[in-house]
Amino acid sequence: MTMTERFQYDNRIVKNFLFITILWGIVGMLVGLIIAVQMVAQNTPPDAWYYWIVRPFTALGELEWTKFGRLRPLHTNAVIFAFVGNAIFAGVYYSLQRLLKARMFSDALGRIHFWGWQLIIVLAAVTLPLGLTTGKEYAELEWPIDILITLVWVVFGINLFGTILKRRERHLYVAIWFYIATWVTVAMLHITNSIELPISLTKSYSWYAGVQDALVQWWYGHNAVAFFLTTPFLGLMYYFLPKAANRPVYSYKLSIIHFWALIFLYIWAGPHHLLYSALPDWAQSLGTVFSIMLIAPSWGGMLNGLLTLRGAWDRVREDPVLKFMVVAVTCYGMATLEGPLLSLKSWNAMAHFTDWIIAHVHIGGIGWNGMLTFGVIYWMVPRLYGTKLHSVKLANAHFWLGTLGIVFYAIPLYMAGFWQSGMWKEFTPDGYLKYKNFLDTVMEIKPAYWLRALGGLLYLTGAFIMVYNVVKTVKAGKLIANEDAEAAALEKVAAEEGGAHWHRWIERRPIQMLVISLVLVAIGGLFELVPTFLVKSNIPTISHVKPYTPLELQGRDIYVREGCYTCHSQMIRPFRSETERYGEYAKAGEFVYDHPFQWGSRRTGPDLLREGGKYGHSWHYYHMYDPTSMSPGSLMPPYTHLYEHDLDTTTTKKKIEAMLTMGVPYDKEPYGDGFADRANAHLQKQRDEIVAGLKKDNIDAPADKEIIALIAYLQRLGTDIKAKEVTAR
Amino acid sequence: MSVIFLLIAVSTVVALFFLAAFVRAVKNGQFDDDRSPAVRMLNDDTPRQNQ
Repeated sequence: MTMTERFQYDNRIVKNFLFITILWGIVGMLVGLIIAVQMVAQNTPPDAWYYWIVRPFTALGELEWTKFGRLRPLHTNAVIFAFVGNAIFAGVYYSLQRLLKARMFSDALGRIHFWGWQLIIVLAAVTLPLGLTTGKEYAELEWPIDILITLVWVVFGINLFGTILKRRERHLYVAIWFYIATWVTVAMLHITNSIELPISLTKSYSWYAGVQDALVQWWYGHNAVAFFLTTPFLGLMYYFLPKAANRPVYSYKLSIIHFWALIFLYIWAGPHHLLYSALPDWAQSLGTVFSIMLIAPSWGGMLNGLLTLRGAWDRVREDPVLKFMVVAVTCYGMATLEGPLLSLKSWNAMAHFTDWIIAHVHIGGIGWNGMLTFGVIYWMVPRLYGTKLHSVKLANAHFWLGTLGIVFYAIPLYMAGFWQSGMWKEFTPDGYLKYKNFLDTVMEIKPAYWLRALGGLLYLTGAFIMVYNVVKTVKAGKLIANEDAEAAALEKVAAEEGGAHWHRWIERRPIQMLVISLVLVAIGGLFELVPTFLVKSNIPTISHVKPYTPLELQGRDIYVREGCYTCHSQMIRPFRSETERYGEYAKAGEFVYDHPFQWGSRRTGPDLLREGGKYGHSWHYYHMYDPTSMSPGSLMPPYTHLYEHDLDTTTTKKKIEAMLTMGVPYDKEPYGDGFADRANAHLQKQRDEIVAGLKKDNIDAPADKEIIALIAYLQRLGTDIKAKEVTAR
Repeated sequence: MSVIFLLIAVSTVVALFFLAAFVRAVKNGQFDDDRSPAVRMLNDDTPRQNQ
């Protein structure tokens, strides 16, 4: 006979995560709105009627720390890891306790998890505007923060699995499987992608180079979307949607199939982010095949969510919580159909590098993640405070503003992407590019950018209404910090799952033991061997591709620091429209010394892979100071601070040594043994040459400023490769 | 491109982990009942008031 046990759920930790979700959500969306306005209005002339309206945003764009290139990583990190991340934790801490009929494993670990995660976010908010970045999208945080993330994630894991072990409910509800998959996979992704070589507390180089780095990065990037933005939220959907509708999920069987199919397919689809790039063809096709297969489980999940409401659609009309969830799940369905379609090569050829992708990710971000989070917040806050929602009317207003915000955000950008891509590819009847000047294609889509900013404003306004509604609700109630519950004890599980039992099971089976040991050793060996053989594979396949000079290397680090990759790609795809515009298409062998790779994912400005030698030094000198002086109407912010800051040459030696460690041959031609010590002399010589070149154009440039290094890098870009002479007929 | 072997290896290890978890869950009868868990999660077991 089992005894009924009384215990309490910990609501305080849920409340903490929930409130901080709202705070970071507002911050992340606000930064998004700022950069949306900067993107369309950066160099607005003072005589424009809206000059003073956009001035606060464009003024930020003129400061060193708050330009698009630095705020964009801040925006993505804030909404993904701060807003969505904390929403995951709030939802997991709430639902896990109730699904397992147990308090969280440890209150103290919960607090460490909470404060540790907020510390990471604050560090991100400080370091990213300062330009401390690894230059890898969605993984920009520098190595000490990467380590901190790992530690906090382990704390979360102990709390998660500890609670599972002390549960009073034998069955693991499907949501918990989604949480487990999230924890395991994110840990693996984060560690694999963050292998980097530090040269100081605030600067490191990705261990991988070029194509390898790109592949690891997008394997991470794709699966971060899968296992940070999708699986945990599916878990939340499977808990909070039935709860809010007060009816069981449409098909529990389907939910289980949905889960297992999803996690076995998702991990292999990453290469679809690199179609037509210098990645081998077979890897690209593999990514496409798995992406198409993903439609099945994704839509199974979406339909399961929506069909849960069958016969209850009248309640959707009245309950704002359900409204938010319906839009969220619908957006999930849209995004997961669109994703596989975008992974088809012909579709990708059109949409890649355009605003289409920005629209796509925001259907996922503000549609799926945002709307589901809002629904969960409106459902949870009254329950945590033992009261009713302050105003259903205001929640409805939020819902409509949010939904309109999504529409105004996404539709113009879909059109802009389609439209701009068409212009990039359009030829005149006599075979020339119709839009020779890249900027002309940007000017055409500016109306879409204004509408997008309006969409963002609507969405943010809705969020502010929610803040008011939540504050009023909280004031009307009182936090039920510890909620009473009772359930029968589950004695056998503790014996079965925890402690020594599983080990005894394996000890009795020597063969299995041997196999498992071998697998573990093989994994260990792999991790030891792989770095060395990665270094070996960095030996160039194209003999005239040489390592960057010290000045170019310093300039490249400035390029990374300023986040140039957020607007400029360095990847010319093998299309006539691209080779006509930018030059010879990209080869895998060109990138072997690129730590990290800088292929980019969006062309707000033109591709820079073959920028070297296209213009004179003086063009760059003027352009970086005031882009509109060389390209009237340009939306690029001015980089005046590069003309004020001295280049830090004390790091040169360390940087060259780090490159040597990673197999970059600075010990060979044209550099030679002991080059690290001579690096600064080499740097100064090249610097003087550029200054002398500028002098010829009557520019008195100071040799020790950062701009000279950046010019050196830009002039080097893509010059190692010459276009192949056509010999065949 | 050799890094792809690392990624395949790491992904396979994770996939094997999930496969093992799946087999074990099936053997433990986690998925025998595909009806009642969906209903049971709706009930939050708040204690009876008469005590």
